[in-house]
Amino acid sequence: MISYILRRTFAAVILLLVVSAVTFAIFFLLPRLAGQTADQMAQQYIGKSPSKADIAAVKHNLGLDQAVYVQYWHFIKGIVVGANYDLGPTTVHCDAPCFGYSFKTHQAVWPELTSRLPITFSLAAGAAVLWLVSGVAIGVISALKPRSLFDRTFMGIALAGVSLPMFFTGNLAILLFVFNWPIFGRDYVPFTENPSQWANTLIPAWCSLALLYSAIYARLTRSGMLETMNEDFIRTARAKGLGERTVVVRHGLRAALTPIITVFGMDIGLLLGGAVITESVFSLPGIGQYAVQGITDNDLPKILGVTLLAAFFVVIANLLVDVLYAAADPRVRLS
Amino acid sequence: MTELSNTSAAVGEPTSAGTASEAFLRVRDLKVHFPTDDGLVKSVDGLTFSLEKGRTLAVVGESGSGKSVTSQAIMGLHRLGTRGKNVQMSGEIWLGGKELVSAAPDEVRKLRGREMAMIFQDPLSAMHPYYTIGNQIVEAYRVHHKVSKKVARARAIEMLDRVGIPEPGKRVDSYPHEFSGGMRQRAMIAMALVNNPELLIADEPTTALDVTVQAQILDLIRDLQKEFGSAVIMITHDLGVVAEIADDVLVMYGGRCVERGPLAEVFEKPQHPYTWGLLGSMPRIDRETSERLIPVKGSPPSLINVPSGCAFNPRCPYADLPKGNVTRTVRPELELADGGHWSACHLSTEDRTRIWTEEIAPKL
Repeated sequence: MISYILRRTFAAVILLLVVSAVTFAIFFLLPRLAGQTADQMAQQYIGKSPSKADIAAVKHNLGLDQAVYVQYWHFIKGIVVGANYDLGPTTVHCDAPCFGYSFKTHQAVWPELTSRLPITFSLAAGAAVLWLVSGVAIGVISALKPRSLFDRTFMGIALAGVSLPMFFTGNLAILLFVFNWPIFGRDYVPFTENPSQWANTLIPAWCSLALLYSAIYARLTRSGMLETMNEDFIRTARAKGLGERTVVVRHGLRAALTPIITVFGMDIGLLLGGAVITESVFSLPGIGQYAVQGITDNDLPKILGVTLLAAFFVVIANLLVDVLYAAADPRVRLS
Repeated sequence: MTELSNTSAAVGEPTSAGTASEAFLRVRDLKVHFPTDDGLVKSVDGLTFSLEKGRTLAVVGESGSGKSVTSQAIMGLHRLGTRGKNVQMSGEIWLGGKELVSAAPDEVRKLRGREMAMIFQDPLSAMHPYYTIGNQIVEAYRVHHKVSKKVARARAIEMLDRVGIPEPGKRVDSYPHEFSGGMRQRAMIAMALVNNPELLIADEPTTALDVTVQAQILDLIRDLQKEFGSAVIMITHDLGVVAEIADDVLVMYGGRCVERGPLAEVFEKPQHPYTWGLLGSMPRIDRETSERLIPVKGSPPSLINVPSGCAFNPRCPYADLPKGNVTRTVRPELELADGGHWSACHLSTEDRTRIWTEEIAPKL
C-alpha cells in the first residue's frame, strides 16, 4: 500500500513535469515555430510603439533571447530554489516555489495563487457537499420508484440543470436573491473572518454550481441504482429476510456508490483548478478569475501558473480516487 | 371449468409419503403473472404440489418453464423491488401453518431466511462483492436472532466448518472473490442454513460449478438435509442431478405441471411425451456412443400466448393420436395413476405404455 502510494506519487511528479513542459512549449515554443521572433514576443509586454532599446531590455529580462529549453530550465529551477527577475532599475526576488512573475501586474504568481486558493476551495467544497447529498438522494429515490411522479419531476429538473449554463442560472440567482430580494451578500468574506458572512455570500454560488452537478449525480446514481438493484446479490439480501431499507442502503447503494467516487474525485480536482465561469459570474476572486485575468491580459506567467496548479489537482484527485476505490471495493487490489 | 377441475383434483390429494394435510409445504393452484408491454406473461399458471419435511422434490423443465418463478414465489421475492407492485399472484402457499400468498409482506419477510432459505445458481454474483463471507452470514443470522456480533460470528464459523470449508476461522474474513466456485457455493449453503430453515430451495445450485465439484455440493446438500430434517426443493434442468438427489420429481412445462411422482416412477415409467423428450436428450454413460441425443423439437412456448389445448401440442410427435382435435382444444388435467404418479396428457394409458415401452425406452 505505502509502496504503491510512493510509486504513484513519483509517477505524478513525472506527469506534472510533462504537463509543465507541454504547457511551457505551447506558450513559448509554438509562437517561435509559427514564425514569431523574440522581439515580437517581447513587444507584447510593452505599451504601444516601443523603442528598439525597450524591446531589447524586456527581451533580455524575460529571457526571451535564450533558447526555449534554457527558459524552461530556469522556470523549473525557479520552482525549486526561487528566481530573480531583473527589471532594469531593480531586481525582484521571487521566493521558491516561484511559478513565474507577472510583468503586467508586477506580482509573483505563487502568492497570488495561494491567496486565492481558499476562495476556490470554499466554493468547491460547499457546492460538493450540496450536490453529493442532493444528487445521490434524488437518484436513489428515483431509482426505487422509476417512472413515478417524483422520478419524472426530478429527472426533468436534472435535465434542465445539466442543460442550463452557469451564466444563466448564476446570474438569475444573483438577480433574484441578491438584488431583488437581498437575502445573500455580495462581497466574499474569508471564513476565518466571519463564518456566517462567508456562507451567506457563497450560498447562491454553491446552489447554482450544485444544481449543475447534482443533476449529473442524480442521473448517475439513478442509473447505477437501477442496475445494482437487479443484481443477484440484492435478491440474496432479500432472501435472507433483510428489511427493504437495509437492502437498498447497505447492499444496493453501497455498490452503486463506487463509480460515483471516481466521478466525484475528478470533479473536485477539476473545480479546484478554478471554477472559471462560476467565479466570474459571482465575482469571487478565486483561481478561475485569476485565469480569466491572465487570458484577457495575455499574461503568460499567470496562465502557466494556473494550468500547472489545475494539473496538480487533477493528478492528486486521480491518485486519491484510485486509493479510495481500492478501499471501497475489495476486489480492486493496488499493485 | 378446466381450472376448477384441476384444482379440485388436487385438493387433498394423496402423495407418495403421506397426505396433503400433513405436508409441510403445500402449494395450491399457484398463479404468478407479470403484466408487460407485450401482454400478460403467465409464468406459473395453476401449479399444485406438496412436500414433506425430510424429502427432496426436484422441479425440472427447460428455461422459461416457471421453475425459478415458482421458487421465488414461495420465498415471496416477486413482490419486492420496483416491479413488485405489478406482479399478480393467486392461489395458496402453505408453509407450516401459514398461508403466504395473502400474508402481509413483513410477515413473509420474517419467514424468509428463517423458515425458508434459498441458494442460487451463481454464488459469485449472488454474494455481495464488498462484504466478507463472515459478514454476510452474520447479517443473515442477526436479522432473525437478537445476538451480539461476536456470537453471530462464532455461529458463522461453526456453519462454515459444517459445510466443509477448511480453516473456517480464517476464511470467515475472506471476500467471495477470494473463494473458489465450489467453496463459494458451500459458503452460500452455510449462509442459507445458518437459521436452521425447514425449507431449503436450491435454484440450480450446481449449474455454474465444475463437474467434479457438483457431486460434492449435492452430497453436502443431502447430508445437511438428513441432519436438519428440512424439506428441499431442487430446481434443475439436469436430470443427472435429479437422479442423484430427488425423492419426488415435478416436471414443468409452460408454467404448469405436466408430470409428477416419485423418482423411480417418473424415471422408469414416464407418462408424458415431454418427459420422454427430456430423458431422450440426456446423455447417459450406458448408451451407445454412436447414438445421437434426441432433442425435443421446437422451442419453449410463449408464456403470453400459451398454445391452446395441451401447451406441448406444437412440439408433441403424438399430438394427432387422440381422437378429434382434443390436444389442440382441451387442456389436459393432471390425472393420478398407480404409485402416486400424476400426469397431464390426452394420450390413452394404453398408447402411452405402448409408445414408452416400444418406441422410447429402447433408444435410451
